[in-house]
Amino acid sequence: MNTNKKLNNGVLPSTIEVGEDSIVEIKNLVKNFPIGNDFFTALKGINLTFTEGEFAGLVGPSGSGKTTLLNIIGSLDVPSDGDVIVLSHSISNLTQKQAAQLRKEKLGFIFQNYNLLPVYTVYENVEFPLLLLDIGADERKKRILETLEWVGLSDKIRSRPSQLSGGECQRVAIARAMVKRPSLVLADEPTANLDSENSHNVLQTMVKLNRELKTSFIFATHDEKVIGYLRRIIRLEDGKVVDDTTKPPKSPMGDLNIPLTNTYASDTNLGGAL
Amino acid sequence: MLKFLFKGLIRDRSRSLLPVIVVMMGVMITVLLQSYMTGALGDSIETTANFTTGHVKVMTRAYSKNMSQLPIDLAIMNVDTLKKSLQTRFPAIDGTERIQFGGMLDAPDQNGETRAQGNVAGIGIDMLNSTREIDRMNLSSNLVSGKFPVTKGEIMVSDELFRKMKLKIGDEVTLISGSMYGEMSMYNFRISGTLKFGIPYLDRGTIIADIADVQAALNMENAAGEILGFFKNQYYNNQTATTIAKAFNAGEDTNDEFAPVMLPLCDMNGMGYIVAYSENIQGIILLIFIIAMSIVLWNAGLIGGLRRYGEFGLRLAIGESKNEIYRTMIAEAFLIGVIGTIFGVILGLFLSWLLQKYGFNVGEMMKDSTILMPTVLRARITAASYYIGFIPGILSTVIGAMLAGIGIYKRQTANLFKELES
Repeated sequence: MNTNKKLNNGVLPSTIEVGEDSIVEIKNLVKNFPIGNDFFTALKGINLTFTEGEFAGLVGPSGSGKTTLLNIIGSLDVPSDGDVIVLSHSISNLTQKQAAQLRKEKLGFIFQNYNLLPVYTVYENVEFPLLLLDIGADERKKRILETLEWVGLSDKIRSRPSQLSGGECQRVAIARAMVKRPSLVLADEPTANLDSENSHNVLQTMVKLNRELKTSFIFATHDEKVIGYLRRIIRLEDGKVVDDTTKPPKSPMGDLNIPLTNTYASDTNLGGAL
Repeated sequence: MLKFLFKGLIRDRSRSLLPVIVVMMGVMITVLLQSYMTGALGDSIETTANFTTGHVKVMTRAYSKNMSQLPIDLAIMNVDTLKKSLQTRFPAIDGTERIQFGGMLDAPDQNGETRAQGNVAGIGIDMLNSTREIDRMNLSSNLVSGKFPVTKGEIMVSDELFRKMKLKIGDEVTLISGSMYGEMSMYNFRISGTLKFGIPYLDRGTIIADIADVQAALNMENAAGEILGFFKNQYYNNQTATTIAKAFNAGEDTNDEFAPVMLPLCDMNGMGYIVAYSENIQGIILLIFIIAMSIVLWNAGLIGGLRRYGEFGLRLAIGESKNEIYRTMIAEAFLIGVIGTIFGVILGLFLSWLLQKYGFNVGEMMKDSTILMPTVLRARITAASYYIGFIPGILSTVIGAMLAGIGIYKRQTANLFKELES
């Protein structure tokens, strides 16, 4: 993957040289939040590097700084000090418009509460990011149907979010994040509102997408079910990295090398063939 | 993209139907109020003009100074000549002579003794030569019983006076008054019909007779208290009336008490304020409604905006910029403004039309009023009625959205984003 490619005809500033295969480089990151006349330091000198194809998680209790770190990586917030380079672009140097451009083209988000637009159908929710990218109608349709097939929701394209289960809603959210083929997906507590079975279904979907499409995933979580799927676990406490462990491949799903197309829907509907 | 957003807008009734209804109601009220005020004020002006002032009035200089006393001893002489001169110099004006006078009406019994008496305010108008004055004063619609005079010596009386004096159609009555030269005058009339004006001041005791009969009764040969001038399009135009009056007065002797002087309607009976108010009413209504509706829609926009901060956070996360979101908010507001305004104008015009056709009767509330205004208030649909609603309807909606949308810029992106999780 060429992460040094200039985005959207030069709207984003010149890229910065980073290590080979590196998609996120965090250097001495500090984040302060003002509280009255004082401030609270949520992140205290974080140094991390994420490479292409990562399936990593920021793990820690509430208030440890994992969501703040995820927001900065996602260019939704800016560092108080230090630097965060995402896909060769320094977050500190991006204007709001450039940050929006980065999110639009290269980043996908998955949220705890799914955050689907309730007035739109499944198809339209997934279509939204492609409309922002000005992709033609035929190409849009092809990509949406393909992505919905990946997540096993081909039969729900005309349904509204209110007609879906929690697991189905989260799979729509995954499809929405994946439909534009982002380089990096940021997932904040994606299983917090799901029961055990749906959590596993959703996580298996993301593992497959990571394997098949080489899309990098970074989670913020304290859910043990999610932690079980992570290949790299970064533990945060009080705004500091206290542990960074890469573990050998191990999944409750067993062999995950199942193709995404055609047979995928039936696989996931079985609860991951556990 | 806009099509996609508008699809969502239409499906989300709390964002589309509710604001459209708010705009529609505001615009409807604007249109209705504008046409009602135009009609009510216009009616008051035209009623006053038709009965007492004309659009312009020519009197002697002395008469004009004592106008409220209706001093017929200061009347204009050689009215025919002056009227012809007036019509030659100002062809836009239709002139007609009138005599307003006071007196007492006496109804005798079978023996010729007084059976009933009543104070009357009389108007002498041209009734036998044409129906022009009858039409102008809309007397046909006020006719309660009998008919209009067709021969000399016939008189119309107000129905209220007619009933109080227990008169009958065809009864002979005597007008007791003073002549132009100061002597007592008595003149017999026969009652031909009765009128109900709907104006308490006129209903209490008005008599209307042909001007030739009044001239004979008050010894006013070829004289009249006043010559009223009316614009041929029937509507008062203050600027034109003032210009004509100035032109007329420029050629007259200001030292001669009996020289004619012309006054525009706005300079008589305190009508200047009502005319000015009528002319400015559209601006006043617009201003009030733009302010009021902007506040209402700002508030509605704020509530809607607060509810949508989560959606905005999501759209920011997906890659829209704050500017794009702000612009779509305004585009949505513009669309809602246009749709709400179209429906509001249609509804407002319909209600105005009903009010124009059937009117709103306030007679019971004005039983003791001496103000010369109609008891049935009617709207008047004018060209402005068709476009006036678009200004507050669209402007207020867009201003409301712009004010509400400022919150997007005031909040940090991450804070907006956090709304997603709340």
